[in-house]
Amino acid sequence: MSLQIERRAEPSSLMRVAAPLIATLLTLVVSSIMFALIGHNPLDTLFAFFVAPLLSMNGLSEWLLKASPLILIACGLAIGFRANVWNIGAEGQLVVGAIAASGVGLFYPDPESPLLLPLMFLAGMAGGMAWAAVPAFLRARMNTNEILVTLMMTYIATLLLSLLVHGPWRDPDGFNYPQTALLPNAAMFSYFDATYRLNTSIFITVIAVVAMWFFTERSFFGYKMSVGGAAPLAARYAGFKESGSVWLGLLISGGVAGIAGMAEASGPLGQLSAQISPGYGFAAIIVAFIGRLNAFGIVLGGLLLSLLYLGGEAVQLSMGLPSAVTSIFQGMLLFFLLASDFLIFYRIGRPVAAQGGT
Amino acid sequence: MDLFTAIFTGTIIAATPLIFAALGELVVEKSGVLNLGIEGMMLVGAAVGVWVSYVGLPLPLAILCAAVAGALASLVFGVLALTFLTNQYAAGLALAIFGTGVSAYIGKGFGSTPIDALKPLVIPFLTDIPVLGPLLFNYDPLVYLSFILFGLISWFLYKTKAGLIVRTIGESPDAAHAIGYPVIKIRYLVVLFGGAMAGLGGAYLSIAYTPLWVENMTAGKGWISLALVVFAAWRPARVLFGAWLFGGMTILQLQGQALGLALPSEVLSSLPYIATIVVLVIISRNRQFLALNFPTSLAKPFRPAR
Repeated sequence: MSLQIERRAEPSSLMRVAAPLIATLLTLVVSSIMFALIGHNPLDTLFAFFVAPLLSMNGLSEWLLKASPLILIACGLAIGFRANVWNIGAEGQLVVGAIAASGVGLFYPDPESPLLLPLMFLAGMAGGMAWAAVPAFLRARMNTNEILVTLMMTYIATLLLSLLVHGPWRDPDGFNYPQTALLPNAAMFSYFDATYRLNTSIFITVIAVVAMWFFTERSFFGYKMSVGGAAPLAARYAGFKESGSVWLGLLISGGVAGIAGMAEASGPLGQLSAQISPGYGFAAIIVAFIGRLNAFGIVLGGLLLSLLYLGGEAVQLSMGLPSAVTSIFQGMLLFFLLASDFLIFYRIGRPVAAQGGT
Repeated sequence: MDLFTAIFTGTIIAATPLIFAALGELVVEKSGVLNLGIEGMMLVGAAVGVWVSYVGLPLPLAILCAAVAGALASLVFGVLALTFLTNQYAAGLALAIFGTGVSAYIGKGFGSTPIDALKPLVIPFLTDIPVLGPLLFNYDPLVYLSFILFGLISWFLYKTKAGLIVRTIGESPDAAHAIGYPVIKIRYLVVLFGGAMAGLGGAYLSIAYTPLWVENMTAGKGWISLALVVFAAWRPARVLFGAWLFGGMTILQLQGQALGLALPSEVLSSLPYIATIVVLVIISRNRQFLALNFPTSLAKPFRPAR
């Protein structure tokens, strides 16, 4: 019996939902095999990875805390990806947003001002936008590949952060650690409960998800951008300008990445340090794809990837597995997801007789 | 060794990993496939190279294993992009992330003990020539290999029938398929070759250049190699020039730090990245020039109609 692949007449809506589940399942199966090979009981490891972290209130708080920046950034990225604008440098925009916001938080003349937090929010957003404006300008005006520019800008942003926290902004009382002084209280989001790190910045993410849904599904501009991504020639014929999508895609994604950076400084970290993000900007790319560039899919994707971070930390402590397991999981999940997308557009089955030669 | 010799040889050496990776990617892109995962494949090659030499096997074998590991990593991309017709941008990014993780996993136990580096090859008579000897004939074997591969690739692409077929597939896979060439199979081979070249580039970093394993030690060299292919406008000879330009930038930055330039090290370290952007902008402005050798079907999924 030979199997044969044929294109579906229409994309399968069943598979659209099932594909991410199949991908997750395959990831679990393959990782179980991997764990077994390195001498860990797969079931115990999977339990320690995916279930144990969620069994405490603190675990739940951390879960949402880490999902929030991932979802926020992925919402911005997805808007660009829909229009074929490939911002791969959200990590750099996050870093610059955190730098700009912390700069305001540390040096604003009145550290008790109620305006401090909103000003930091704006600074973070402006910082991320400014960092993304460079690749936007270069792509729109100079025809320069934005993938490479956004990435190079990320390396530069990381060096800028390192320069600041090792140099002029280093806390003089900080025992030479590469970090700034703590931000004043007025610069911090408030906690729901002082025992846990989850804070009100999560509402920003909620608003962003709704806004993203509205923009992509209900607004004319969002529609124009999607057409530009799916059918560039048709978009050009209809008079939709590509440069508009480029600017908007990069500025939105850069702005929200900057806000995510600000929320890290004003939330769980409370200061600017050399390790401002455990790769949220890159992981958010995966979140955007897992979520099929769709607002509510991104929420699920963000929760999943956040769990991967938590689980990675947990098995590091409880089973001595290296932290690299997290990024292997991330990569594997994305692989299987991309591969299972195939099922949406193609059917695998026995050849149908008398099909006519196409 | 005088300063000029130091800068000259340093440039050639710093350019070598870029030459390997970028030449490999150039062939891949010439066949119409865009593999963004070079960074991941280089890291896997670098980690595997160190691993094999840690086990105590000879360096040539370590280098070979690194190339094979790079090819295996590229296979993951190949299956996604060529068989499952995935968006090549996404598949390449997945490989970059995955490769980073896998390499960190392989390298977790290595600490930072240096390994026995690849030694410069002493060529009788040539290495002893005054002035020219130290400048041209005092490199490790991989540097010479990179030049040999450059020659072979240029010859293959532009002087052989097989090279013509690869370029045809990059221009019009449909036409190539109609004539009867196995487009997908050839693209697989080319992707594997690109992976092996990236693996070699990674191995050069961890076996000859540094020589030890550091997590994320490529520090963007895979992405710079991608930029080099654009800079080269898909012509092999220009890849060499581009790589020397970036190699020179790296060496000037190191020399600047050694000479105690009054700039923070971070500013100097950012030079190669800034240079990449500047060079990309200059080259991309000229659309006609870029279009001249651009493989028309680049990054477009292809499925043969039966």
